[in-house]
Amino acid sequence: MASSEEDGSGNGSVEEKENGKKRSLGALATAWLIFYNIAMTAGWLVLGIAMARFYIQRGTHRGLFRSVQKILKFFQTFALLEVVHCAVGIVHTSVLVTGVQVSSRIFMVWFIAHSIKQIQNEESVILFLVVWTVTEITRYSFYTFNLLNHLPYFIKWARYNFFIILYPAGVAGELLTIYAALPYVKKTGMYSLRLPNKYNVSFDYYYFLIIVMFSYIPLFPQLYLHMLRQRRKVLHGEVIVEKDD
Amino acid sequence: MKHYEVEILDAKTREKLCFLDKVEPQATIAEIKNLFTKTHPQWYPARQSLRLEPKGRSLKDEDVLQSLPVGTTATFYFRDLGAQISWVTVFLTEYAGPLLIYLLFYFRVPFLYGPRYDFTASRHAVVHLACACHSFHYIKRLLETLFVHRFSHGTMPLRNIFKNCTYYWGFAAWMAYYINHPLYTPPAYGDEQVKLALAVFLFCQLGNFSIHVALRNLRPAGSKTRKIPYPTRNPFTWLFLLVSCPNYTYEVGSWIGFTIMTQCLPVALFSLVGFVQMAIWAQGKHRSYLREFRDYPPLRSPIVPFLL
Repeated sequence: MASSEEDGSGNGSVEEKENGKKRSLGALATAWLIFYNIAMTAGWLVLGIAMARFYIQRGTHRGLFRSVQKILKFFQTFALLEVVHCAVGIVHTSVLVTGVQVSSRIFMVWFIAHSIKQIQNEESVILFLVVWTVTEITRYSFYTFNLLNHLPYFIKWARYNFFIILYPAGVAGELLTIYAALPYVKKTGMYSLRLPNKYNVSFDYYYFLIIVMFSYIPLFPQLYLHMLRQRRKVLHGEVIVEKDD
Repeated sequence: MKHYEVEILDAKTREKLCFLDKVEPQATIAEIKNLFTKTHPQWYPARQSLRLEPKGRSLKDEDVLQSLPVGTTATFYFRDLGAQISWVTVFLTEYAGPLLIYLLFYFRVPFLYGPRYDFTASRHAVVHLACACHSFHYIKRLLETLFVHRFSHGTMPLRNIFKNCTYYWGFAAWMAYYINHPLYTPPAYGDEQVKLALAVFLFCQLGNFSIHVALRNLRPAGSKTRKIPYPTRNPFTWLFLLVSCPNYTYEVGSWIGFTIMTQCLPVALFSLVGFVQMAIWAQGKHRSYLREFRDYPPLRSPIVPFLL
């Protein structure tokens, strides 16, 4: 689940909390968040354009990852800051949820695509890259306009509707990519620690990846349903009665 | 003697669930819960939460009707706590698991390691010692559950047993797999390391037991009274001078000892996770003590002397 959809509040200089109370951020925090979100929108736009140009000029997706990897790595890694934003409180989303989402992106970029070069030309890589690009451009421009208090309805519409297709498509891209990587991981034994060793522990990256793939089964429906609920609340003003715990 | 009328409403829907008339003024919440169960047998008393406000605090079983801020027609709001299970049952299940699971790995029962290792024994003395310590620890816990602890609450939500057993059983299997593995590497500093670790382990086990006994003696049988614990003549209890929850302090100490003894990373991780959880519990308990007792000793910290 490397989608970065969060709960409805997101960023904003004056925010609607779920119970209707508004909060205001300091001027410095607002300025920083505006800068951050404009920069990220621009970065993912550049990535999208680079991918389109490559494909138009070469007519193939082979070599596309290599050509855009620097931009991808820079902007996706920079997104770690979003965890800090939550921790510091200038963004009102759970640190844990944001942490999980950013971590899964970092994992795909660095521990799968970067480390296992043989899968870089898989079609599934292009699939999740395209999904991520569209999602992030929508998401960061949503935050930017929100912070500036001038949110065009079509951006809000995009943010709360695109995911319906993009989220499952992205999951498919990620799972297919991890699956394609498995044989190379098994052959090279990368990132693995065998017995005997003085820490009396072992780690098998191959089986770890299989567990990661299975973990999508409980996690994906929960996140997807959460976003559907957010969509109903934001776009249709429905009052959602949460299940009591 | 004026009788009360009691109506019980659902806290979420405000639907009237039950009406009791001619309730004695000295009736306790526990008795009212029993009356409620008669009309709604699926909601046994342990899963009832009755409050004065829909989102208010749960009333205690010992609270007496006439001492509550209610008129002669008392309105209570009911919330279903979900299926409940007794603390004793949870403890026995979650502790019996690690005891048995560790032994399965120790005896190298088939399908855990390769077939050529089935039912073989480790050639390292420390592996046998570790099995003895781990088993002793969980036997001690089982016996304490049956004979020492006096629980404030009878029950907890049923889903806790799945959560807790996954944690205890999972970690036990993970640790036991490596310690009893044919390719296990004994501690780097040899016998010195094992002896030190054993001393720490035994010291902390005795300490932990002493605290459990001291806490038991604070509270008469069948009561739920809470008092400030103080050091007794037993030197292990002198840790109460510095710490609110020395039982947790000693428990962490035992696991640190076991980590040093086995030099096994999964054991270190188990100790760390346990420490984090116990620190959270200790902070909560410490705050409860401060709130309840004006004269609570100021020198004490929750779990680590002076630090945490």
